[in-house]
Amino acid sequence: MRELKIVDALNEALHQGMEQNDKIIVLGEDVGKEGGVFRVTTGLQKKFGVERSVDTPLSEGGIIGSAIGLSINGFFPVCEIQFDGFIWPGFDHIINHVCRFRTRTRGRLTTPMVIRVPFGGGIHALEHHSESMEAVFSHIPGINVVIPSDPFSAKGLLLGALESKDPTIFLEPKKIYRAIKQEVPEEYYTIPLNKARIEREGSQVTIISYGAMLRETKKALAEFIKTNPIDFELIDLVSLSPIDYDTVIASAKKTGRILIVNEEPRTAGLAAEIAAVIQEKCLFDLQAPVIRVTGFDTIMPLLKNEDYYIPGIKRITKGLNQVLA
Amino acid sequence: MKIMTKLNQEILQKFPIFDAWNPTEPTMFQVMDHNGEIVNSEYANTITDQEAVAVYEWMLKIRIADEKCVNMQRQGRMGTYPSVLGQEACQIGAVYNQQKSDWLVPTFRESGMIWYKGIPLEKVMLYWIGNEKGSEYAEDINVLPVAITVGGHLPHATGIGWAERLKNGNNITVCSFSDGATSEGDFHSALNFAAVFNAKTVFFCQNNHYAISTHRDMQTKSKTIAEKAFAYGMPGVQVDGNDIFALIAVMKEANQLARDHNIPTLVEAVTYRIGDHTTSDNSKLYREDGEVEDWKPKDPLIRLRAYLFKKGLITDTQEQEMKDKAKEYVEATVKTALETKDPNIDDMFKYLLSESYPALEEQRLQLIEEFTNNQ
Ligand SMILES: Cc1ncc(C[n+]2csc(CCOP(=O)(O)OP(=O)(O)O)c2C)c(N)n1
Ligand SMILES: [Mg+2]
Repeated sequence: MRELKIVDALNEALHQGMEQNDKIIVLGEDVGKEGGVFRVTTGLQKKFGVERSVDTPLSEGGIIGSAIGLSINGFFPVCEIQFDGFIWPGFDHIINHVCRFRTRTRGRLTTPMVIRVPFGGGIHALEHHSESMEAVFSHIPGINVVIPSDPFSAKGLLLGALESKDPTIFLEPKKIYRAIKQEVPEEYYTIPLNKARIEREGSQVTIISYGAMLRETKKALAEFIKTNPIDFELIDLVSLSPIDYDTVIASAKKTGRILIVNEEPRTAGLAAEIAAVIQEKCLFDLQAPVIRVTGFDTIMPLLKNEDYYIPGIKRITKGLNQVLA
Repeated sequence: MKIMTKLNQEILQKFPIFDAWNPTEPTMFQVMDHNGEIVNSEYANTITDQEAVAVYEWMLKIRIADEKCVNMQRQGRMGTYPSVLGQEACQIGAVYNQQKSDWLVPTFRESGMIWYKGIPLEKVMLYWIGNEKGSEYAEDINVLPVAITVGGHLPHATGIGWAERLKNGNNITVCSFSDGATSEGDFHSALNFAAVFNAKTVFFCQNNHYAISTHRDMQTKSKTIAEKAFAYGMPGVQVDGNDIFALIAVMKEANQLARDHNIPTLVEAVTYRIGDHTTSDNSKLYREDGEVEDWKPKDPLIRLRAYLFKKGLITDTQEQEMKDKAKEYVEATVKTALETKDPNIDDMFKYLLSESYPALEEQRLQLIEEFTNNQ
């Protein structure tokens, strides 16, 4: 089987999704002629025309707001937000409208759509290009949030999101857009949006991560087990809302030790939410406190100091030592 | 313009460029054409010959520093950098008439502008190198930090100009942005508020024809950007953004309207982004070489140079001296910038709030430990 990078897998998913469903419209800044700044939408405009791969004026409010209308009136919009830090002018539409139409019309008018967002840090970009604000999205009732961690899951999840009857925020780990190559089936396939994936089964400790941090976590684990041969269970969370607590709690009960690794600011984060649910559901199965490895409650620094913010092997290793103590 | 019923016509009559500009038949205000010929003699002496030579020297400096930054990025010594190539006249014209204490609220494609305004080149370079020390501006210079989020800084400029009126202050605010920003909702909020609250703010749009790959014509159906001003009840003008004389003449009026009469304005400076969007961009993917070639002869430096040579205000030798001096200065600045130590590991905690708090201090200590312990 041929190998693809995440960008190519996403691009293939968009091609196949748009072939399958002629109501899908891709819209965003520079997505058409240029194929997007990360090239995820390359070739779509050539193949499907300017009405289905649309270069919009520079307005995230315009993109997400009009996607609501497009969706209500029969289309399936795929919005591209150029970088995570630029979603906020459109955030009003997500938090006040995208997630509420189904409820407010008692199920009559719905807003299925995908909002694709290159996500997270680690590429030494400019300000506002590297934040990790997934908890803000997961906090919103009425919208799904997913994040792939490799090319295979990227393609399957995006096709899954394109079939969903509900709106999805689709976070794309920009640091590993081109970092991993993996075998990806040529044919159309979907991966369920609300399921975590057990990357490795184990009995002594559970490590939960997602997106680009999953890769960093694996690197840290590979080093760690050289001197501490532990039987760890590694979970790729995949769905950040809803969280697949069946998988998480079963694992927590089994191992009794849980480490959560992500790059968000620590306070009121997704890791805190998971820790809260674990202690509610299985406190007496735990052998150690749930440990969080995260970024800090600070502004993401400019590139020279960026690596001090994002958890690296050292911080993850320290977390492993803590949870195993 | 008579259609601006709410505007004080008596005041506007004293500002002939703004008064004459007609949004229903928009024309581009110009003083000097592409060949350096004066086409509008009324404004030929907006600045003195000596000042024109000094402006040319600054344009050379900006171009040389800008080229250097692009090269530094290519060599891995700088982060992503947005070049101002071709926009040098705007970089100077936007702030040429400013007084020292006036405000500048820039976006990201303003390396030359903030340098000309008084931020040392070393700071400008440090910022793009990714060193936070580049954001430490002196106390006596009113320049906001580089705005990366497109359009977001426009309302801030409105607020500063509004506050200045409330304080009976004398400072004006120039807010610089480009064509793409006019599509953001904040553009509307900023101009509307500025007009309603009589902010001492000048909105300076460098229409460089592109927002990354998106051409100006895809950004708005309006014939000009300047005409948008009239919907807000504020004066607007479209000006040749590669014509330094025209820019200075227009900004003189705009600044005075803001300073003396609390009337905000929108200036559309028509220019062209000769380079890629940033060093991460490849503009060959979305625009024809021919288009770029068509714009090259309209370059602001070529035109001012032609003017100066025709008038015998500068010689080849003098020009060469200017270039050599600029190169020497830029090289020395690069050296200092590169030798500047990175901020401390825990720098990100330093300016977050006026005071730290225990949970934050705990995180700071964890970070220090992480990078000082060799476990
Ligand atoms: C709110 C926001 N959306 C998207 C971006 C990504 N982006 C950076 S520059 C740019 C184009 C800006 O075009 P324009 O305003 O014309 O400025 P220019 O690049 O021409 O100086 C875009 C879309 C951003 N920085 N901020
Ligand atoms: Mg532009």
